[in-house]
Amino acid sequence: MSRPTDVDPATPDAELAVASQRTLVWRALRRHKLAMAGLVITCLLYLVAVFADFLSPYDPGDINADYAYAPPQQLHVVDTSDGWDWGLYVNGYEQTRDPETLAQTFRENPDEKIPVRLFARGPEYKLFGLISTDIHLLGPDDPDGPPMYLLGASRTGHDQLSRILHGTRISMSIGLVGLAMAFALGVVLGGASGYFGGKVDAVIQRVVEFFMSVPAIPLWLGLAAALPRDWGPLQRYLAITVILSIINWTDLARVVRGRFLALRGEDFVTAAYLDGISRRRIIGRHLLPSFSSHLIAAMTLSIPAMILAETSLSFLGLGLRPPTVSWGVLLSDVDVRALETAPWLLLPGLAVVTAVLAINFLGDGLRDAADPYQS
Amino acid sequence: MSRSDVLLDVQGLKTHFGTDDGVVRAVDGVDLSLARGRTTCLVGESGCGKSITARSILQLVDPPGRITAGHVWWHGDPDAAEPADLAALDPRGERMRAMRGADISMIFQEPMAAISPMYTVGEQLVEAIQLHLPLSRRDATDKAVRLLGRVGIPRPEQRMHAYSFQLSGGMCQRVMIAMALACEPSLLIADEPTTALDVTTQARILDLLAELQADTGMAMLFITHDLGVVAEIADDVAVMYLGQVVEEGSVTDVFDHPRHPYTQALIASVPRLGSRGGRTSRLAAIEGIVPHPLLRPAGCSFHPRCHAPVGDACQELPPELHAVDGGPAARCHWYDDAVRPEGRTLPVIPVAPTIAVTPPAPVPREEAAPVLEVRDLTVHYPVKRGLLNRTVGHVRAVDGVSLTIAPGETLGLVGESGCGKTTLGRAVVRALAPTSGQIRYHDDKGTVDLAALPDSALRAYRGQVRMIFQDPFSALNPRMTLLQLLAEPFRNPALRRDRIGSETEQRVADMLVRVGLRPEYMRRYPHAFSGGQRQRVNIARALITRPRLVVADEAVSALDVSVRAQILNLLADLRDEYDLTYLFISHDLSVVEHLCDRVAVMYLGRIVETTTTDRLFDTPRHPYTEALLSAVPVADPHRRGDRAAQLPDELPDPAAPPPGCAFHTRCPHVQAERCGTEVPQLRGIAPDHDVACHHAEALELRGVRNPISSPS
Repeated sequence: MSRPTDVDPATPDAELAVASQRTLVWRALRRHKLAMAGLVITCLLYLVAVFADFLSPYDPGDINADYAYAPPQQLHVVDTSDGWDWGLYVNGYEQTRDPETLAQTFRENPDEKIPVRLFARGPEYKLFGLISTDIHLLGPDDPDGPPMYLLGASRTGHDQLSRILHGTRISMSIGLVGLAMAFALGVVLGGASGYFGGKVDAVIQRVVEFFMSVPAIPLWLGLAAALPRDWGPLQRYLAITVILSIINWTDLARVVRGRFLALRGEDFVTAAYLDGISRRRIIGRHLLPSFSSHLIAAMTLSIPAMILAETSLSFLGLGLRPPTVSWGVLLSDVDVRALETAPWLLLPGLAVVTAVLAINFLGDGLRDAADPYQS
Repeated sequence: MSRSDVLLDVQGLKTHFGTDDGVVRAVDGVDLSLARGRTTCLVGESGCGKSITARSILQLVDPPGRITAGHVWWHGDPDAAEPADLAALDPRGERMRAMRGADISMIFQEPMAAISPMYTVGEQLVEAIQLHLPLSRRDATDKAVRLLGRVGIPRPEQRMHAYSFQLSGGMCQRVMIAMALACEPSLLIADEPTTALDVTTQARILDLLAELQADTGMAMLFITHDLGVVAEIADDVAVMYLGQVVEEGSVTDVFDHPRHPYTQALIASVPRLGSRGGRTSRLAAIEGIVPHPLLRPAGCSFHPRCHAPVGDACQELPPELHAVDGGPAARCHWYDDAVRPEGRTLPVIPVAPTIAVTPPAPVPREEAAPVLEVRDLTVHYPVKRGLLNRTVGHVRAVDGVSLTIAPGETLGLVGESGCGKTTLGRAVVRALAPTSGQIRYHDDKGTVDLAALPDSALRAYRGQVRMIFQDPFSALNPRMTLLQLLAEPFRNPALRRDRIGSETEQRVADMLVRVGLRPEYMRRYPHAFSGGQRQRVNIARALITRPRLVVADEAVSALDVSVRAQILNLLADLRDEYDLTYLFISHDLSVVEHLCDRVAVMYLGRIVETTTTDRLFDTPRHPYTEALLSAVPVADPHRRGDRAAQLPDELPDPAAPPPGCAFHTRCPHVQAERCGTEVPQLRGIAPDHDVACHHAEALELRGVRNPISSPS
C-alpha cells in the first residue's frame, strides 16, 4: 500500500523556536524590573546570612558596656586631615556625662583617628562551621584598640551592625523552615481536598476556615506561652517554626485546592484516568507538576508573612530570646526612650522592611511570570 | 474591476512582530483589493496571517506587532478626492477611531467573548450607536431594537435587556452583527464569524450576512479556513499562505480552475458532502504543516509542500503574482514565462491514493456478536438551586440511548453541540458514571456490563476501550515526554503482566513510527510538536494497548484542513491494520460521511435516526437529519442556494425538553397530530434503518443528491 501522507516529512521542527516553561518563566521574570530587584536583594540577603560571621566586624555576643548607646560612626574613605590620601578610618568617640541626669553622650572626635582595614583580624569564628579563622571583611586595624560602631551600639554595648548581620541568619531561615512544614501540610491537605472533593473537601475546608478565623496574635501568644521556659535556643527555634507553619498552611491549602479543582477537569487528567493508573500516580505525576510554578510563587509570597510573624513574636518577648539574635529580638531591645536618643536601634526594622518588600516583589513577579498567557 | 469599484486597496502591507526569537513576518507584502458591494473571502490554514491582515486594516494589531510597510488605501469617503491611507494614520488618533465602527466594522470568532457580560446587549448596542451617530438615547434605543429585529432576533424589545450569557452563541453573533451594522458601514470585516458555531447556526448566520449585504450594499471581507463556507458566500477569493496572497480570483474561477498548487491542494484535501468516502478512498492531504513564520523557506514559501515544483527557481526566487489568462492571478513560477520550461504546464495534483487491496469489509451485522451494546443508557445531571442546594430538576444529557457497534465497524455519532454526543462517548469509555442503563461489552471471554463495574474492576478493560480526545493540546500532560506519556497505560495495575521494562520503549518507538512520527521524538515534550503531530501522539497513546474499541471524540475538529486530511487518512489506515472498531463522534457531516460505515443522529439526548452512511445521506427519514445535511456548506460554488428550509430556532433547554417529540418545536414538517403529545420511539422502517419519527414513512425528505466529482 502506498501511503504518502503517513510519514511526517522531515519538517525543520527541530530548529523551531521552542522554549521550556522554565525558560518562559525566566524570560517573563526578567522583564519585571521590580521582581528582578527583589530577586537580587533576596539573594544578597541570603548571602549575608551565609557569610554573616565574615561580614560582621565583631561577634554578636561581644559587649562593651563603656559604649552603650554609642551612635553610628561615619566611615571615611578619604583622609583629608593632611592633604589628600586614601585611607579607611573612623573618628573616635568623645564621651561626656551629663552632670544632672548622668546620661552618657557621645560626640565624634575629629582629631582621633581609628584606622580601619579590609580583611582585618578580629574574634575567631568558624566559616561554614568548619574552617576556623579570624579574618573579617572590615574591622579596626588594631583588634585590641578602640572599637568601631558603624551602625551604633545597643543598650548593652553590642555592635549593632554585627547583630543585624547575624540576625539575618535566623530571621531569613526561620521563614524557610516554617514554610517547608506549612508546604507539606498545605499540599497534602489541599490536594486531598481538591482531588477527592465531596465530604473530604468539606471537612478540610471547615478546618481551614477554623484556623483562619482564630485571631492570629492570641493564638501565637497562647502557643508560645505554652513553650517550656527552660528550652534551649535551638528547641525554641524549632518550636516557633512549628507554630508559624500551623498558622500558614491554610493559605497554601487553598491555593493547592483551587488548582486541583481547575485541573481535575482537564483532558490530560481524564486521559490519565482512562489509562487506568492509580490515583496516587495521577495526583503526584500528573496534577502536582502542572502547577509547580504557581506553588513556588505562592510559597515565595508566604515567606514574608513568616518573617513578620517571627519578628512580631520575638518583639513581644514570646518568640526567640537573647542570646539568640534575630531581627525581632533586636527590635525588642527598643524602648520608647530609644526612639528619641538612639534611633539607630530601629535599623533591624529597616532590615525587616527591606527583606519583606524584596521577597514580596519577587513573589509577585514569579506569580505573573508563571502564567505566560496572562499578559 | 474598474478603479471606481474599489473600496479598499491594500498594497504591499507588511506587519511584523518583534519577539525574543526574532522578527515574525506575519504579514509580508499583502496586496488585496476589496470591491464595493462584494464579498471577498480570505482563505488559508491557521498561521498564514489572515487575521493579522484584517486587523492591520483597522490598526488593531497588538504589540509587539507593527505595520512596517505598505499602504491601505480607503476609497470609501465620497467627499475626498484622494483616497486616504489608513496605514499612515495614528492607531489611537481621532481619525482612526472614527473609521472603526462607522466606516469599517468588524465581527469576531467568539461572539460570547466579544460582548461584555456586565452590561445588557441593549446597553452595549445603544452605546455603539451613540458613539458614532448624533442620536438621543431614546432614538438610539429605538434604532437598537430595529437592528436586533433586522438581524433576526425574535422579540427584540425583551432581548435588549438580556445579558450575553443568557443568549446562545448564534444569538450573540447576531447581536455582534447588529452592533457592527449600527452605523451602516461600507465595509464589514468578519473574522471566522461562524467557526465557533454549530452547522445549523452557521448556515443561518451565513444567510443573514448575505441578505444584509444585499440590502445595504456593503462590502465584506470574510476570513475563514472552511472552503465550504467560502463556496457558500464569496464573490471573490484570496488565498493566503505564509503572509502573502498566493492566488486571487472570482469564486467560480478559483474553485473550478485553481491555479496555485496550494489552492489545488487545499481544495483536494477537503472531504465533500456527497462524495461518498468508503473504505478504500483516502484524502489527498497536503504534506507537512504550515512552517513557523520564523522559518519561512527561501524562494517560494510553499515549495517544500508543493506537489509539483518547477525547478530550482522555486527554492531561490520568490515568485511574483502573475495574471493567468487575464483572469485570476497566482503567485507561482509556473506562470512566469521566464522560469517555466518551454511547453510544460503545471501538472494536476495527483489523485488521492486509494487502497489497492480491498480491506475486509466489516462482518455483516447479523452474524457477528457486537463489540458494544448500549441499552437504555441515561446520564442525568442534577440541577441544584436555592439555599439548601435542593435538586430541582435534571439535565438529561443522555436520555435512554440504545445502540450497537459491530466488530470492525465505524459508527458515526452526529448532532448539534449540546445534544449529548460527547457525554455518551465519555460514558462508553466510563470517564463518567452513567445514571442508569447498560453498556455491554463483548470479548472472547464473554460479556460484561461496563456501566455496573467499579473503578478497580474497570481497569481490566481500560486497555481495550480507548479514547481519542478533541483538543490535541490539552489532552497531553505538558510535563511528560512522549515516552512517559505512551508508557502510562502500562502502569495500569491490571495490565502489569504486559509490561516488560525495556520492551515498553520498543513498543513506544514502534507505535510512534506507525502514527507517522519519528521514534527519536520519544524523549521530547509535547510542546515541541504542532497540533497535527500532537493528535498523532494522542492516537498512538490510544492505540498502544491494542484496543478493540476506540471512541474518537471530535478527533479532527480542532485541526487545520490539510492536517485534518492527514489524520483522517491515518485513522482509516490504522482501522484496517489493527481491526479497530470506532465510535466516531463529530459535528462535521462531511467527515463522518468520509470515514463511517454507519451513522447515528442524536438530538437532545436521544438517537433519532440510525442507519448505514449511504442510506442516511441519500434518503434520510428524520426531519432533523435532513436539516443537518442541508446546513452543511458544500465546497462547490455551483451548488449554492441548493438547500432545504433552515431550522428555525435554537436547541431547547435539555433540563426541560419539550413534550412529545423533542424536535417538534423546530421541525419544518411538524403535524398537529401526535408530534406535540406522544414521544416517538426508535423503530425500524426498513432493514437496518431505525427512525424516531411518527411520520417517517409519509415525509418527503431530501438527502445529499447529485454526488459531484472533484474538480482537478
